[in-house]
Amino acid sequence: MAISVQRPLPQHLADIQDEMEERAASYGLDFFDTIFEVVDYEELSMMAAYGGFPIRYPHWRFGAQYDELMKGYSYGLQKIYEMVINTDPCYAYLLSCNSLTDQKLVIAHVYGHCDFFKNNAWFAPTNRRMLDQMANHASRVNRYIDQYGYETVERFIDACLSLEDLIDPHSPHIRRTEPIREAVKSPLAKPEDEREEERRRRAEGRFESKEYMDAFINPPDVLQQEQEDKMHKQREREESRSFPEEPQRDVLLFMLEHAPLRGWQHDVLSIVRDEAYYFAPQGQTKIMNEGWASYWHSTIMTKHGLTDAEVIEYADHHSGTMATSPQRLNPYKLGIELFKDIEERWNKGQFGPEWDDCDDMREKQRWDKDLGLGRDKIFEVRRVHNDVTFVDTYLTPEFCHKHKMFSFAYNDAANYYEIASREFEQIKQQLLNSLTNHGRPIISVVDGNYRNRGELYLKHLFRGIELKLDYARDTLTNLEKLWSRPVHIETTIEDHNVVLSFDGSTHEMKPK
Amino acid sequence: MARSIDRDLTRFKDIVRGKVRDNLRKYITHGEMMGRKGRQVVSIPVPNIEIPHFKHGQRGGGGVGQGEGEVGQPIGRGQDEGDGQGQAGSEPGSGHYREVELELEELAEMLADELELPRITPKGQDSLKSKKDKYTTISQNGPQSLRHFKRTYKNALKRLITSNEYCPDNPVIVPIRDDQMYRSWKTVHDPQANAAVIYMMDVSGSMTDDQKEIVRIEAFWIDTWLQSQYDGVQTRYVIHDAVAKEVDEDTFYHTRESGGTRISSAYDVARSIINREFPPNDWNIYCFQFSDGDNWGEDNNGCLKLLMDELLPHCNLFCYGQVESPYGSGDFIRELRRINDDFENLILSEIDSKNAIYDSIKTFLGKGR
Repeated sequence: MAISVQRPLPQHLADIQDEMEERAASYGLDFFDTIFEVVDYEELSMMAAYGGFPIRYPHWRFGAQYDELMKGYSYGLQKIYEMVINTDPCYAYLLSCNSLTDQKLVIAHVYGHCDFFKNNAWFAPTNRRMLDQMANHASRVNRYIDQYGYETVERFIDACLSLEDLIDPHSPHIRRTEPIREAVKSPLAKPEDEREEERRRRAEGRFESKEYMDAFINPPDVLQQEQEDKMHKQREREESRSFPEEPQRDVLLFMLEHAPLRGWQHDVLSIVRDEAYYFAPQGQTKIMNEGWASYWHSTIMTKHGLTDAEVIEYADHHSGTMATSPQRLNPYKLGIELFKDIEERWNKGQFGPEWDDCDDMREKQRWDKDLGLGRDKIFEVRRVHNDVTFVDTYLTPEFCHKHKMFSFAYNDAANYYEIASREFEQIKQQLLNSLTNHGRPIISVVDGNYRNRGELYLKHLFRGIELKLDYARDTLTNLEKLWSRPVHIETTIEDHNVVLSFDGSTHEMKPK
Repeated sequence: MARSIDRDLTRFKDIVRGKVRDNLRKYITHGEMMGRKGRQVVSIPVPNIEIPHFKHGQRGGGGVGQGEGEVGQPIGRGQDEGDGQGQAGSEPGSGHYREVELELEELAEMLADELELPRITPKGQDSLKSKKDKYTTISQNGPQSLRHFKRTYKNALKRLITSNEYCPDNPVIVPIRDDQMYRSWKTVHDPQANAAVIYMMDVSGSMTDDQKEIVRIEAFWIDTWLQSQYDGVQTRYVIHDAVAKEVDEDTFYHTRESGGTRISSAYDVARSIINREFPPNDWNIYCFQFSDGDNWGEDNNGCLKLLMDELLPHCNLFCYGQVESPYGSGDFIRELRRINDDFENLILSEIDSKNAIYDSIKTFLGKGR
């Protein structure tokens, strides 16, 4: 499989790159080295279909994606200007037929993304050597194909992909146990027996205390009660023989640990899971990431990049990217406007208790403390937030009103989506709902030994939107392929708790 | 450069073709793809193929948008539950069909597999040739645009050297008239098996649009199949009520006459087309006649006579499809059945609804003639 050899950037583009890089850096953007490559639309579509990577394992869905992109392009419906991937160094692809103005815009935009990849906390745990990793995955899958046959492997990948979104996107950020640092022998480290003592204490649920306070801080009767509860729970668990203890969001991990998979299947599933985790932050930060990049391309372009001749074309393409439609919130638009709004508010000091308590609209309109904190604030925002917390923290009633936002809902009777509300609280709630878990249903493993028969029991956390039933059935079918025993999912249909089941041959739906 | 995406794209297309193949019966009886015929390809709407996930349905779903509008104003259509893609949460009303392009050849192949059609052995004649000019030879005269520079140069060089005029220090070569060489063509004859298809249709008042739709669908598949079997297929269309005339394809499907029905008039026109354009010794002739079977009683004998004497002896196949109209089905097919045993190239089929198209095509083309 030929991989494109690195082609040097034409001199005129290299000059633009240098200029843009300098500009971006002068504003305090901080990015990995960025390598630009000029490609034609077919190549760009291929990269896009592959999620930005030149090599992926063989699978038809990439072909489907490619077909769609190429058709969309040839019918003039859509066009990708650029592609950038979160690696170190960053690779970015420019479309060869872009005009020079577009290339400038795109390069500036890419530097925004690169800065975001490097600095946003949600990207911190991602593998920056993913380029190698993807190629690695591809060669592993290819090996299995050679060994077990194309269709066998493909069918298995299909089944895995069906579950690829059943991961816990927060888990890479959670340290459930302190990393063990046995090797470190610092003079401050406690002696061995003391640590042993501490461990025992923790196990009993005791807090650290001075001896004379111990009876108060760790009252014996409470401790005893706790012990009994624990014993009781453990007995219960042993009797029911169900696991995991707590519902587990990372269904893929659960499958890896407990499903009866063969060696290669285990590996393929872990590949799918790895890639899902790699791409998860991009889903979590779509609005912020695009908003941030757009903020910077517009800042750099309008302040420095444009010649007089280019203004019209730039304005045309910028506004095209920012276009809104009633049915779809444009993440570019929402993102850039929110960043601008935050910048303005922090520049003028429109925040804090004083601002919140002010009821005088005229006062609020005139409000300008001339603090100039805007830039610093948006840099902070891009560091710590993801889309959900971003919207939750910074969406204001004024903003909603100014941008004519509304929430819409599906009207079952008319089979139409209708404008539901223009009230801030409802818009915000709706927006947060559709951003949470990337708009996907939240599903956990509740029991891996359901009815003590080794059956898998999932639970859908119902939050007002029902599962699409035909998809749910098909997904259960795929789940059963991995688990090899009957599988169930508990959900809510028309206000009733029901359990959908698949036992390998028939689908069932029973009230819970 | 071989790109890895080609491998995935090919695989995807194979899967889609598999889907088309699996559902071919449905596609045959529904006219969905007929309006989508290009020269060599048809594009077929196939329900999107995707990997199932647990996802939200529409009920209780919604999203956030931007723009003008009162509360309660509809902004977009939902989809019919049960099929389709699209994340209801964020993007209502996205399409859920994928256009798949198939070569006609491939479609014919599928049709053959599905209906178990035997390949047609063309009538053994190669008297009809197609001519093609190929620029493979050299000639001494021709237009300047075809001048063969290399040969002309060589000739001139040879001439200069033999006449001892060539001077290595000043190697100027000037060709004269005799040196000039030109590319030239040779006419190549290709033996070709040709087929002529004549469609006849009753357009009298009793044939409604539904019947014509059936005819249209059948004709599409017949064309597809015959085109895959012959190098060149010529198609002629004849419509008739009490009188018949030859028309183009568009008129054929869209004309509506009132009045009576005399099938013999169509046979007469068909005969004259064959005599005029398609000498039966050179051509494989196919006649397809569609009617609701309501003929003027006294015309039937004339029809049979024309058919037996003039048409059947010359045709590979003569297919009669009787479509059922709201006014009932006529009895012309019964007349034809009387002579059915004597002519094995006469094929009769009754098509009472769209669902019967499938079997009808099988009956028509199942002989392998």
